[in-house]
Amino acid sequence: MNHTLSIVVADQPGELSRIVGLFSARGFNIETISVGATLDPQWARVTIVTRGDDRTIDQICKQCARLARVREVQDVTTRPHIEREMALITVNAQEGLQRQEVLNLVGVFRAKVVDISHEQIVVEASGNKEKVEAFIEMLQPLGIHEITRTGRIAIGRLSNVEVVPTAELEEDLFAVAAH
Amino acid sequence: MSAQAALLIPTEPLFPALEKQPMPRGAEILIQALVHEGVDSIFGYPGGAVLHIYDELWRARDRITHYLVRHEQGAVHMAEGYARASGRVGVALVTSGPGATNAITGIANAYMDSTPIVVITGQVPLPLIGTDAFQEVDTVGITRPCVKHNYLVRDVRDLGAIVHEAFHLARTGRPGPVVIDIPKDVSAERASYSRLDHIRFPVVAPISRPDKRAVSRAALAILQAKRPVMYVGGGIVNSGAAEELRAFAEALQLPVTPTLMGLGGFPSAHNLSLGMLGMHGTYTANMAVSESDLLIAVGVRFDDRVTGKLATFAPHARVIHIDIDPANVGKNRAPDLSLIADAREALAALRAEVSARDHTEIVRSITQRTRWWDQLRGWQREQPLRFNGSRDQIKPQHVIRELHRLTGGEAIIATDVGQHQMWAAQFYPFKRERQWITSGGLGAMGFGVPAAIGAQLAFRDALVVAVVGDGGFQMTNQELATAIQYDLPVKVVIMNNGYLGMVRQWQEMFYERTYSEVDLSVAPDFVKLAEAYGAFARRARHPEELSEVLEAALAHDGVSVIDVVVEKEENVFPIVPAGANARDMIFQSEGV
Ligand SMILES: Cc1ncc(C[n+]2csc(CCOP(=O)(O)OP(=O)(O)O)c2C)c(N)n1
Ligand SMILES: [Mg+2]
Repeated sequence: MNHTLSIVVADQPGELSRIVGLFSARGFNIETISVGATLDPQWARVTIVTRGDDRTIDQICKQCARLARVREVQDVTTRPHIEREMALITVNAQEGLQRQEVLNLVGVFRAKVVDISHEQIVVEASGNKEKVEAFIEMLQPLGIHEITRTGRIAIGRLSNVEVVPTAELEEDLFAVAAH
Repeated sequence: MSAQAALLIPTEPLFPALEKQPMPRGAEILIQALVHEGVDSIFGYPGGAVLHIYDELWRARDRITHYLVRHEQGAVHMAEGYARASGRVGVALVTSGPGATNAITGIANAYMDSTPIVVITGQVPLPLIGTDAFQEVDTVGITRPCVKHNYLVRDVRDLGAIVHEAFHLARTGRPGPVVIDIPKDVSAERASYSRLDHIRFPVVAPISRPDKRAVSRAALAILQAKRPVMYVGGGIVNSGAAEELRAFAEALQLPVTPTLMGLGGFPSAHNLSLGMLGMHGTYTANMAVSESDLLIAVGVRFDDRVTGKLATFAPHARVIHIDIDPANVGKNRAPDLSLIADAREALAALRAEVSARDHTEIVRSITQRTRWWDQLRGWQREQPLRFNGSRDQIKPQHVIRELHRLTGGEAIIATDVGQHQMWAAQFYPFKRERQWITSGGLGAMGFGVPAAIGAQLAFRDALVVAVVGDGGFQMTNQELATAIQYDLPVKVVIMNNGYLGMVRQWQEMFYERTYSEVDLSVAPDFVKLAEAYGAFARRARHPEELSEVLEAALAHDGVSVIDVVVEKEENVFPIVPAGANARDMIFQSEGV
């Protein structure tokens, strides 16, 4: 099963590779990883998506937690949370019908056009993994030239009560549409 | 002297008292911080990147004694031997590049065996880092997987604080090695230093207080167990829990089996001791674990050399796991109950919990285990540790027995890795913790001689014996020069079987006697070699010579080496083949 781990670590050279080293030393694949600042500039948050059974994940969390510069380790998968990732996609969009088709999809997926030429468009899409993947799948027949995707980031929900904003609802819909 | 040079000589200050003291250089800060950490001995080897530090060490030689080793691996193993014998943090100092790479085996060894050491490595100057400069290696990168923590010091102002944190990390929680990599320019720069300097990052204090509810649940489970076994390891030694362990085991008459690392943590000759468990453990210890209904695992990590096939290890037992390192718990075997705590505190809490109970309950608990003890005693009678004697060949097991007799069981025994190591573990009964120093987790040949030297430094008046093989001895025998130079009178017993014995045994048992590359018959004359270093040396070839030769070596004031020519193809028994389970134990060679 996929787990999203959220690790707060001192923002110092070498600390990230200590964490990553724990995964590679055990032959674990990191599916995505992203690193960014926290409110306190001394600490960075590393979000890692990896696959493994609960016991191995628990083990790797404990290993991370005992690193001298790691302040906290959470398996956010175990509690209500929100996940997001982003993709930049260069897609063929010849002026005319093809371009219209791309722009339609951009509208439906609430993505954004960030660059354009006579033949191609660069679009930016963000959302949960399912939404981003559904979008990519829809663009595929048009001819995708290049994709860059970020790692996933996550944050805990404010409460356990699911207050789902409208945009969320739409995204959930896409999740269904993708299947 | 040229006029120009003369100009560089500083003139006397007019008012010396008012002259401001310059801030100390990095090298000086390092020394001061080490002194503040209580360091009085360093094992090391100089080189370009640590020249400033060595210059300063020379000036500080009345406060810190430096022991010049003959190979950096030796320096780290000595620091380990020192730490293992004394419980204090051992310190090694090496140069950049090859100095650091030579030190890696020792660092990895300390990591596997949770030994508190601090290794200081020189590094090329900051501006050269990352340029493949002369003698540059990424020490912090290379050592990352085998240290508790490491540092590249980028700013001399951090140096003092880093040293203090490094010692704190090395000795607290689950101990381990910490590496401090110091670029040459950092050791030359000046900064202010105070012994109170500390790191900005709060070090998470390891939890050592056992959880109350878990303690009472554990106590209850132990009181009710019909076939309990205490499986105890290096954590007992590291936390100084031997006394508590004995008191607890005695209070409830619990059988105890130590791991290789736990030897000495419980007196081998105690009537509650089942002997060592694991691959070369006793029949009784391994059978006890197989039949146990409750395994009380303290300061252990369910290592594969102990468990064999995990799925069939202690198959009927519930497991209580006590360990200071949360990452050890549930790693190989999921416990039914765990206590993340210092072993000594946990055992003390358990004992308090038990003694607070009604006396009749304790008596009932003990009496319901009478049948268990009958069974254990039966196994002990059935398959004691034994070996076949010989009239014309020296038996290696007999050498250990004799060593035990002649030292009154009081010597500190350091070993190398191989058959001789297992015989020493099996046939030298240990009385107390820190009397046994061996390379367990890494199994690093070459450990024995330098580890013994380090232990001897910690206890100059103690009798320290290195039991080594003819193979391992040749990996680090150059450290005899170090022992001679500093008058550290270790006694080295070479169990000379002319083979890489342990490997030969596996080839004999599991590879149809295909002895592939294990012949060591071409070797130097160890007596002459030792004498060349200036040591006292003797050889024993025949059983009747053994006692006299051993006695002479032990009685000698200085460093002594004896070459004991033992039976070449003796095997270590019993053996649980790798990945098998306790019931597949083999007791003797086929056809014998
Ligand atoms: C550095 C290192 N290399 C290889 C090994 C593998 N190994 C384990 S025991 C052994 C044989 C040791 O021979 P010797 O020192 O003569 O001891 P004996 O087994 O004969 O008592 C070897 C090669 C090891 N443990 N360490
Ligand atoms: Mg040998």
